[in-house]
Amino acid sequence: MTTRLEQEIRQALDTVKDPEIDAVSILDLGMVEATEWTETPFGYDVRVTLLPTFLGCPALDIIQKNTESALLQVPRVNTVNVVFLFDPPWTSDRITEQGIAGLKSFGIAPPRVVDGKWEIDCPYCGSTFVSIENLFGPTACRSILYCKSCKNPFEAMKPVSTLM
Amino acid sequence: MTETERLALASLLYQLADDDFLYAYRGSEWLGLAPHIEEDVASSSIAQDSMGHAAMYYQLLEEIGEGKADALAHVRLAHERKNSVLVERVNGPGYYMENPEYDWAYAVVRNYCYTLAKKVRIDSLKKSSYTPLAALAVKVNMELYYHLLHWQTWFTQLYQSTETARQKMDAALERVLADFGDLFDYGEASELIDEMRLIEGQGILLDRWYQALTPVLVDLNVTLPEMKMTYNGRNGEHSPDLNDALSTLGEVYLLDQSAVW
Repeated sequence: MTTRLEQEIRQALDTVKDPEIDAVSILDLGMVEATEWTETPFGYDVRVTLLPTFLGCPALDIIQKNTESALLQVPRVNTVNVVFLFDPPWTSDRITEQGIAGLKSFGIAPPRVVDGKWEIDCPYCGSTFVSIENLFGPTACRSILYCKSCKNPFEAMKPVSTLM
Repeated sequence: MTETERLALASLLYQLADDDFLYAYRGSEWLGLAPHIEEDVASSSIAQDSMGHAAMYYQLLEEIGEGKADALAHVRLAHERKNSVLVERVNGPGYYMENPEYDWAYAVVRNYCYTLAKKVRIDSLKKSSYTPLAALAVKVNMELYYHLLHWQTWFTQLYQSTETARQKMDAALERVLADFGDLFDYGEASELIDEMRLIEGQGILLDRWYQALTPVLVDLNVTLPEMKMTYNGRNGEHSPDLNDALSTLGEVYLLDQSAVW
């Protein structure tokens, strides 16, 4: 029973997308730190712990609401409690393989650090011949770049790590 | 934790929260007025991050029984605020909606000096005896990396450009340092804050700030003006600029404090 519930919760969480990048879910981004539940006579009380990518991200409230409503769709789930924690901190290496593919398909270069250096490949043509136009972008987690090979502007997700 | 210790912790958290709250507000007033479109994106993004940091400190205050985070941000009067005077100062004459004659050199110098000080404080807070604060510092530090990189670039580039730019930067540095005296001060609770090892002492942090800034200034051949203190914001002493900022900031919230967002 529990395994089935676990699976259903996972499926529900996978439907919760980043409102600003709808190709990746909160699972793909590695924002889900823990899911716990207790059984009551009325069904399951579910508690989800999420890690914010950036502290001032205005999408957090939307993500919280969407997570609640997605989990309330799961059969026998009675209540949902979504909390944000910053410990452990979210770091960009929590993004899954599927998340990396999702970001690329959306035109965003995934964060990649090689030997302490930020490596950015154009998400369209794969070229490394790119320039940073603005370290800051349309959302807190993104930068604006330009590909000198395929002449496309694109965005990259900023790497964040505890080593900074 | 005794009640006296809780109050000392609250005092430090108010200083951190109010600093970022006002810093973010002054940054947001530049929206649409920054020198070019890319800077508009960058500085508003930094303001947004910083408002997020303030919100987290107010959250920590809520958790130790100081009241609701939103109310702490919006309802407290000027004399209850513990921010440094540096971050409350206006961006220049005028109002952002009407004839803003804002000074970009002042913005760059203030933001660079403040962000460098914030970096020094955050590094110390990572070792704070109050673990929720230490954990938050780890997270803030990751975002701060990009802020410091940005303001240091502006600071060095403007100093290395024209003679007019250099004069404006010198004048701005003079004004920033005239308000810098309370930045590393912890106010009345200072002794207990030190004793509880919430953060390292004022002198240690100030030394680290000088150490980080000196090589940058030496490269640019700039002499640091004298550091002064007109008001000690940590003890609730403020310039009239703070009142104006608070009434604009709280305008919507104060219309209906029971409204649900």
